[in-house]
Amino acid sequence: MPDVQPLVSDFVLKLKRRKVEGSHAVARQTAELLRSVVSQHRMGSSANQAAALADAVRAVGEQLIAANPIELAVGNIVRRVLHIIKEEDISSTAVGIEGLSVTVDSDGEYDSEHDDRPALSAAVLAAHARNALRAPSLQTLLEDIPVSPAISRTASSTGDSDGKSKSAGDKSSTRKLKHDVIAAIGDLIDEIDSCYEPISEQAVELIHQNEVILTLGRSRTVKEFLYAAKEKKRSFRVFVAEGAPRYQGHVLAKELVEKGVQTTVITDSAVFAMISRVNMVIVGAHAIMANGGVIAPVGMNMVALAAQRHAVPFVVVAGSHKLCPLYPHNPEVLLNELKSPSDLLDFGEFSDCMNFSTQDGSPLLNVVNPTFDYVPPKLVSLFITDTGGHSPSYMYRLIAEYYSADDLVVRRKATS
Amino acid sequence: MDIRRAPPSRAASGGVEPRFRQVGFVTAAEPARGPVAPAAASPTASDGLSPVMIPPPLIPVPAPASESLMPSSPPPASSYLLEVVSDLDDYADDDDIDVSWARPPPPALPEPNKRDLTETKNEHAPTSVAQKPKLSKAERRAIQESQRAAKAAAKEAGLKPTAMASDASTKISKQPKTAKTSLKKVVNQVNPPVASDKKTGERPPDKDRKKDIPQPRMQFDDAHRVVKAKKRSVVSQSEARNRVELFRHLPQYAHGTQLPDLESKFLQPDLMHPSVYKVGLQYLSGDISGGNARCIAMLLAFRDAINDYSMPAEKILNRDLTAKISSYVSFLIECRPLSISMGNAIRFLKNRITKLPLALSESEAKVSLQSDIDRFINEKIIVADKVIVSHAVTKIRDDDVLLTFGSASVVEMIFDHARELGKKFRVVVVDSRPNHEGQRLLRRLVAKGISCTYTHINAVSYIMQEVTRVFLGASSVLSNGTVYSRVGTASVAMVAHAFGVPVLVCCEAYKFHERVQLDSICFNELGDPDAISRVPRDESLSHLKNWAENENLHLLNLKYDITPSDYVSMLITDYGMLPPTSVPVIVIGSTDVDHLIIVVGFKFLPARIAVLTVHRTGHGTRAHMCTYAKSKAVYQQLMFSVFGSPSENSIFGIRRMADW
Repeated sequence: MPDVQPLVSDFVLKLKRRKVEGSHAVARQTAELLRSVVSQHRMGSSANQAAALADAVRAVGEQLIAANPIELAVGNIVRRVLHIIKEEDISSTAVGIEGLSVTVDSDGEYDSEHDDRPALSAAVLAAHARNALRAPSLQTLLEDIPVSPAISRTASSTGDSDGKSKSAGDKSSTRKLKHDVIAAIGDLIDEIDSCYEPISEQAVELIHQNEVILTLGRSRTVKEFLYAAKEKKRSFRVFVAEGAPRYQGHVLAKELVEKGVQTTVITDSAVFAMISRVNMVIVGAHAIMANGGVIAPVGMNMVALAAQRHAVPFVVVAGSHKLCPLYPHNPEVLLNELKSPSDLLDFGEFSDCMNFSTQDGSPLLNVVNPTFDYVPPKLVSLFITDTGGHSPSYMYRLIAEYYSADDLVVRRKATS
Repeated sequence: MDIRRAPPSRAASGGVEPRFRQVGFVTAAEPARGPVAPAAASPTASDGLSPVMIPPPLIPVPAPASESLMPSSPPPASSYLLEVVSDLDDYADDDDIDVSWARPPPPALPEPNKRDLTETKNEHAPTSVAQKPKLSKAERRAIQESQRAAKAAAKEAGLKPTAMASDASTKISKQPKTAKTSLKKVVNQVNPPVASDKKTGERPPDKDRKKDIPQPRMQFDDAHRVVKAKKRSVVSQSEARNRVELFRHLPQYAHGTQLPDLESKFLQPDLMHPSVYKVGLQYLSGDISGGNARCIAMLLAFRDAINDYSMPAEKILNRDLTAKISSYVSFLIECRPLSISMGNAIRFLKNRITKLPLALSESEAKVSLQSDIDRFINEKIIVADKVIVSHAVTKIRDDDVLLTFGSASVVEMIFDHARELGKKFRVVVVDSRPNHEGQRLLRRLVAKGISCTYTHINAVSYIMQEVTRVFLGASSVLSNGTVYSRVGTASVAMVAHAFGVPVLVCCEAYKFHERVQLDSICFNELGDPDAISRVPRDESLSHLKNWAENENLHLLNLKYDITPSDYVSMLITDYGMLPPTSVPVIVIGSTDVDHLIIVVGFKFLPARIAVLTVHRTGHGTRAHMCTYAKSKAVYQQLMFSVFGSPSENSIFGIRRMADW
């Protein structure tokens, strides 16, 4: 592990100093770091390879999460990697069984009845294992048609076959596990990078001609979403609330105008005034919580309330790396970050008001500059993720597809 | 004659009694008035909240009310009030004058004697002589047709007066003209002194009534009218580039382009009075902002202009001065669109000018107008603010966290006064781009030693959790109860509503307007779009420097928005504290509702406020409930105290309320 430690501490430092911000960048870099952690991990000859690997990831993950607990994407990626390890472990054992069945095959070709059952059972086992981790969805329902008697049969045989395969090809299987995990993390990174594509593909289905769309601040997902609609020759108008005090809305407006989208920049205070003429609110998110609530840039709750008042659909677009399996408690305070007051007040101008030695020592002037807002699930009409559109009440189920339940708290086990 | 407004009562009250009409909650400082009040006040007096205000209806009010209501009423008030009284004596009804303050000249309540005549001589035309509102073409046609139909019906029925009467009473405003003119003649014969005054003082009532429905505003997407307006305009302006499509109906001029033209005009003194010119420039540059400040500055400028005015020969003062003022107003509009409160003040002034008696000499007229202006500023703005402050302060408790948005002068006065009273509270100042008015308020509050928290409007959901009261100012309150105020007010009120924090809107009654508006787009004011592209402090954040080069990009700097009335828990006005549903009582009701609005307050909870409006029409007394009923017993008590005895009418009222 000595090789990765500098990398880890470097990234921890970056997170602490808020040098890396934004869930996309954070998610990507976390995944890359964990990939190198896995690849540097020396596989011991202990019986439980996967557990050791998971522990190594967990140790690093714990440090990363502690470095910036607000960037929920870090925790999400760590949990995703843990889940991958678990999944690969199970499928590798399944492969082991498959290998075993092949040997059985070579033993006696003549027995046709005996022939296809173990091979089938291995495939079913893999599917079953996947089902155990993933929630039953429409997709899994359609692609796997389980043969129920086979499952019961193989389930009984799993125990001894597992032991057999371990003893048979120990070295090769651990290497295979590690290799598979690294490949899967690579897939995850690709998924993070390309999450805009499946999301923006859905744009045409949601944006129709002459629509008026309102958004707040800047989100790359929203930008790609609107670009996609524009490329499909939809003409629509966009109101961009500027998102003070970071004025990311100005950037988004500039980017949209370059693509020929009719854009109007409004002040954040004018959101309520304008929303009566808006057909849809499309915004990005910082994180989506398991209850369907959204951690979003500051001001979003106001927009969501205004949208609800005028019965305007409030659509949140977000990649799957923003799905967080935690349930929020007091998120306005606990999952928030207060930035420097210099964004709001000029220190030079107000230096005389910032006298901390007045009266009983408490300052007369406080400046509050939070970064995030919590939008409760009842204000959200729809989530668009890379797996399609979902209602807020479904988010907990969607999240269960990506994470395993025992990883919710990323902590090294005291025993190991 | 109407006994309630018997002359002695007016003399005793100094002619101001109805001006401080009690509407809604009033502060506990108010002494019990009249003989009936103590009984009614007893149920609520204990919680230190507003006592039930029951102005005794049948007994002349000795009215110490006006003085007690404004504890720190400045001395000049009384001095010119005497003058007013003498002025008022010409009129049969001082309520008329009072009402004409803030809103369009009311349709001059049918004078009591006139009413009597009406009732005796013209049975089927009871109260409606004056009530001929301005109607649209379609409406007029409908009325004509209905009249024709009614006539035909009457003929068929063989001149049945009763049928006619019932018909007329249902369509009160639809009067045959003949009846009206004949009636007028009668009035003139019977009451010659009033009649002579009528020519100059009281304009024909139906003409006044016309102003009651607000004129449609200039729509700037009407190319024809825009061209016409440009020809008339004093100052040339260039239109903004990249106009926002949705707001084509509003003027969108490039900011500051008037300036060179204005500067060149400065040396033409005959065109514009220097004070008016100065105020116009101050509006343009934003040196004077805020409803009250702008209104006072404008009135003072007009006062100067009137002082320096000399009537040209062969002209009538009324007409010439009105024209002059109109030209000043259009100049000011070109500097910055008028606020609704300024519109009200201008209407007041014009009304005063047209009502000047012809007999007055020029200097007398000028003095009279100037004192009118002073009186308006004093009573409708300065004293009104004091009354509002005295009401609002009762709603501040120790350890409150009070949130305000932007910088409203009256809200600042409330905080100051609460601090002077030694209340311990904290203020959250919420600010918004691009004006950052809140920073100036923050500086003043901190300098006074009030503990403040400053934040921007996006963070309002974050800060709202710790807030206990929201105090907001308003540019105007429209008669459907919506609050027209600086942009962002609606968002703040909405978030407060979502968090269950009471929203108190403070607004002087002269800013009320009978217009209604459903959204913030139909009427608004657009500010300088460049102000949005300018980002303070950090140069790296300004991405929109050359925004006007791309025709797809628009910047919208909206100035006002509309707060729906359900977000407002309470309005604090100089008439008292009332729920927003009762705004029409002040705005519209002031013409035909006799100042008898009774409020029962149990606790500070809007759901338990009951507003009882008592109309006295020609047919008797009708009571009307505005909000929620709490208990039948209280209303019975109220009705008894209002009507003295449970007459048929009042029993009917109780039954109706019990149904609710």
